[in-house]
Amino acid sequence: MNTTIVAQLQRQFQDYIISLYQQGFLDNQFSELRKLQDEGTPDFVSEVVSLFFDDCAKLINNMSKSLERPENVDFKQVDSGVHQLKGSSSSVGARMVKNVCISFKECCDVQNREGCLRCLQQVDYEYKMLKTKLQDLFKLEQQILQAGGTIPQVDIN
Amino acid sequence: MVCEMETDQIEEMEVEVLSSMWPEDVGTEADKQFNVEKPAGDLDTLKEVEIKDKTTFADLKRLPELMNTTQQGSSQLTNLVKQWEYMQDNAARLLREELKNLNRQREEAEAKELKIIEEYKFESNEPENLPVLDETSDLFLKFRQKKRDALLDSKKIEIDEVFDTVAYWKQKALRLEKMLEASTERERRLIEKLNESLRTMESHQAPVEELTQSLKRAEGFLHFILQSAPIVMGHQDKDLRYLFIYNKYPSLREQDILGKTDVEIFKGSGVKESQDFKREVLEKGKASKREITFTTELFGSKTFLIYVEPVYNKAREKIGINYMGMEVTDQVVKRERMAKLREDNAVRKAMESELNKTIHITEETMRAKQMLATMSHEIRSPLSGVVGMAEILSTTRLDKEQRQLLNVMISSGDLVLQLINDILDLSKVESGVMRLEATKFRPREVVKHVLQTAAASLKKALTLEGRIADDVPIEVVGDVLRIRQILTNLISNAIKFTHEGKVGIKLQVISEPSFASHNALTADNEEQEQNGLTETSVWICCDVYDTGIGIPENALPCLFKKYMQASADHARKYGGTGLGLAICKQLVELMGGQLTVTSQVNEGSTFTFILPYKVATSDDYSDDQDEFSDMADHHSEPDDTTEGYFQFKPLLGSIYSNGGPVIGNNFLPHKVLVSSPIKLINGFVTEPSNNIGQSEMVQVENGSYMDESRHETSSDHCPESAHQYQNGNGRCLPKESESCSSSQASSEGVTLEMETELTVSSHREEEKAETDLKETSKPKILLVEDNKINIMVAKSMMKQLGHTMDIANNGVEAIKAVNHSSYDLVLMDVCMPVLDGLKATRLIRSYEESGNWNAAIEAGVDIKTMENEKIRVHSTNRLPIIAMTANTLAESSEECYANGMDSFISKPVTLQKLRECLQQYLH
Repeated sequence: MNTTIVAQLQRQFQDYIISLYQQGFLDNQFSELRKLQDEGTPDFVSEVVSLFFDDCAKLINNMSKSLERPENVDFKQVDSGVHQLKGSSSSVGARMVKNVCISFKECCDVQNREGCLRCLQQVDYEYKMLKTKLQDLFKLEQQILQAGGTIPQVDIN
Repeated sequence: MVCEMETDQIEEMEVEVLSSMWPEDVGTEADKQFNVEKPAGDLDTLKEVEIKDKTTFADLKRLPELMNTTQQGSSQLTNLVKQWEYMQDNAARLLREELKNLNRQREEAEAKELKIIEEYKFESNEPENLPVLDETSDLFLKFRQKKRDALLDSKKIEIDEVFDTVAYWKQKALRLEKMLEASTERERRLIEKLNESLRTMESHQAPVEELTQSLKRAEGFLHFILQSAPIVMGHQDKDLRYLFIYNKYPSLREQDILGKTDVEIFKGSGVKESQDFKREVLEKGKASKREITFTTELFGSKTFLIYVEPVYNKAREKIGINYMGMEVTDQVVKRERMAKLREDNAVRKAMESELNKTIHITEETMRAKQMLATMSHEIRSPLSGVVGMAEILSTTRLDKEQRQLLNVMISSGDLVLQLINDILDLSKVESGVMRLEATKFRPREVVKHVLQTAAASLKKALTLEGRIADDVPIEVVGDVLRIRQILTNLISNAIKFTHEGKVGIKLQVISEPSFASHNALTADNEEQEQNGLTETSVWICCDVYDTGIGIPENALPCLFKKYMQASADHARKYGGTGLGLAICKQLVELMGGQLTVTSQVNEGSTFTFILPYKVATSDDYSDDQDEFSDMADHHSEPDDTTEGYFQFKPLLGSIYSNGGPVIGNNFLPHKVLVSSPIKLINGFVTEPSNNIGQSEMVQVENGSYMDESRHETSSDHCPESAHQYQNGNGRCLPKESESCSSSQASSEGVTLEMETELTVSSHREEEKAETDLKETSKPKILLVEDNKINIMVAKSMMKQLGHTMDIANNGVEAIKAVNHSSYDLVLMDVCMPVLDGLKATRLIRSYEESGNWNAAIEAGVDIKTMENEKIRVHSTNRLPIIAMTANTLAESSEECYANGMDSFISKPVTLQKLRECLQQYLH
């Protein structure tokens, strides 16, 4: 009985993670991350990812503060925030967030406040979206582990 | 002035107008100037000085004749004549009436007279005393008186004679005769009077005058209109001889014109044309217009719009032409200018569209190039994986055939890598992204190092030599990296195509070449900007000569073209990408110089490049710290800086000393060096000056002893490289490496790949190596990265690969860390707060060269300098620094290299990339 549940959960997990790749939320770098997770560091991915989300929240907060001012926006500061966010998102494989960051950076370079605000909103949305999705994913992982199964290796290629 | 003249002339004209239209009145002297055209001065208002007071002429004899014979003339005349006749008639009628009046008076007078005579007859019979009549002016009274006188006379006679005698009748006859006489006399007087009255009448009412007046008006009108018009009018007969001409610009006298044809009068272009045109009109009988440009001695160049119409006589026979010309030179010039403008406009438009097309194409090309560059960049990473793996594979046990195949694979891979690097270089130059650096360097050292580098990988019995003329400055300013790249390229080329003899570099100062005058400016400016110094410029000519196979003359033109080699045969035989020379040429030109080649088949080739350099002022030391690229040992013998000749003789079976970094990421920066025994610590050498002999003695001791056994095993597979193995890390240029270098590289790759948990020797851990060569330790790695998440990920990856690492959060921390302890590898983020990776790397390189952190301190980094031996030892090493780039434009790989980084990993960092990097740089 247990094995069927495990198998079911595993399939569910597989489908879910593949869908995340297919929908463009994640890219290869996330697989890299998952490769780094082993017995020694069983929660590596979720640790990194939660650190990433905390980072996101903080950076977005800072940037929105900078961009709130109607005039004399400190684009340098915003830019460094975007750079951070871009680096982090690229490192964890948060593809959507990274893509938004790229256009965010472009807006920043031309000091387009409107564009920046739009991108900020988008980035906020994207990271929160990803956060929910990944929380679901981790929940599934937990369930699999609780059911005594192992997390399946997913080959997204 | 002009006005005055005009008024003058108008007056004059008016006076003489009469004569012009009524030539008869003027008299028949044909030569008398017929001054209609007196206002010749007027043409001053239109044109420049011309003969002012010349007049136009008309043949006065011919004119009336012409007027009579031509239709136009006759109608005009008829009109005038009619008017005249009318007036004449009128006058005649008046005269006749007058005459009638007079006649009547006379008749009356006569009738009276008769009456009086009769009365008198009556009276004579009974004579009476007549009172003496007063003399009166009254004609009648006079008559009467006269009659009375006569009567009185005859009365007297009658009285004298007896009536009805002979005498009486005689007297009577006499008396009657006298009366008749008186009557005749009266009649005569009356006629006289009549004539007189006729005359006065004539003088009062002469039609001539009125005609004259009207003609005067017509003339005046015509002249008023024509006086300033640039018009020539004329009449020519059937033979096109002028009969009449009205000319605004009379410059010839009338006898010069009348009776002559155009051709006879004028010389020059356009005359014949106008003559022909007139003739044509005459023949066709149809009036027409044409524009003709005359270039005559008299007028210069003038364009006339000519109207010619045929003239018929009353019998409808052609008798000549009328012609009217208007000068339109200005208009023509304007029109032509307009046409030219329009044409120019059209041309410009065409050019514009052409340009747009070109721009479009260029943009496309640029995009394609960018794409190529990006692709090349992207290809490089996986390709290095392929080559790396192949190299690892070559260390495994393989049979002969497999090994051959593998060797081909590796050399092909190396070639592709080289090609990609070249493409990146080229596209960089072509897209103008390539920036030149201005750094101070010592040309002698550069030549020496290039030769040393070449000698290190030399596998032929060639002598390498360098000759530097005494007048070449010790230090100059230029882009040393690029100059080394050019030299290295040319030297490796020369070596490739030379089988025996020598290859060398010759430097000498030359005067400024002619091609450079404007070229140099841009380069100079750039340097000036970067340097902010005012140095004198010097042109140095660099010959790279060899005694090789030479280049056939017909192959010379395409030598510098991309992907071209002297011949397909050569390409097969010698390999290479065919990009090297193209890059050299572009680089040289980018720096404002010129690259040329002379060659003779089987004798050798000489590549010459001429470049401008600034001569550095020797007291200025601050620039020197940027001189990261030059590994020259500044503490070497004093003669080193001025040494003018180096030679590297072929010593097969040994390895040549080698210093300095090599350009391009394919060169591993840590060449194994052989040096004098004293400096034999870790195989690195500071400045071996011609100590090749010694190097042979010490080579065995060099390198990491620890690995020797492994090397020996691997060298089984690659016997020809045995001598290199003895030297530990002896490396060849990838291009020429063939199997040797790859096997060499792979031997260490295996170490990392398969024995990561085992100890990996590091000859760079100087102190340890010195004291305890057997000690095994992990390589020390420093990660410089500001992003926590990136750090976390990278750390985890390193852990997977079996390494730990230190973390620095920015460039300043990195410098401090490097100062504090020695690392085997630095992974450096490019874009960081406080101090970015590029600057930090530059400062570290500067430290390595100078042995002090002055540059860093100057840049504001707070470093506690530690003056001790360790620093000196450190300074001789080149610490591998790997950039981590986000692969954006601002963080190009070229820039990484230019700032002294050895390689780069594009972000995000993956396990595979990291592994490859460690394989390559940790030994």
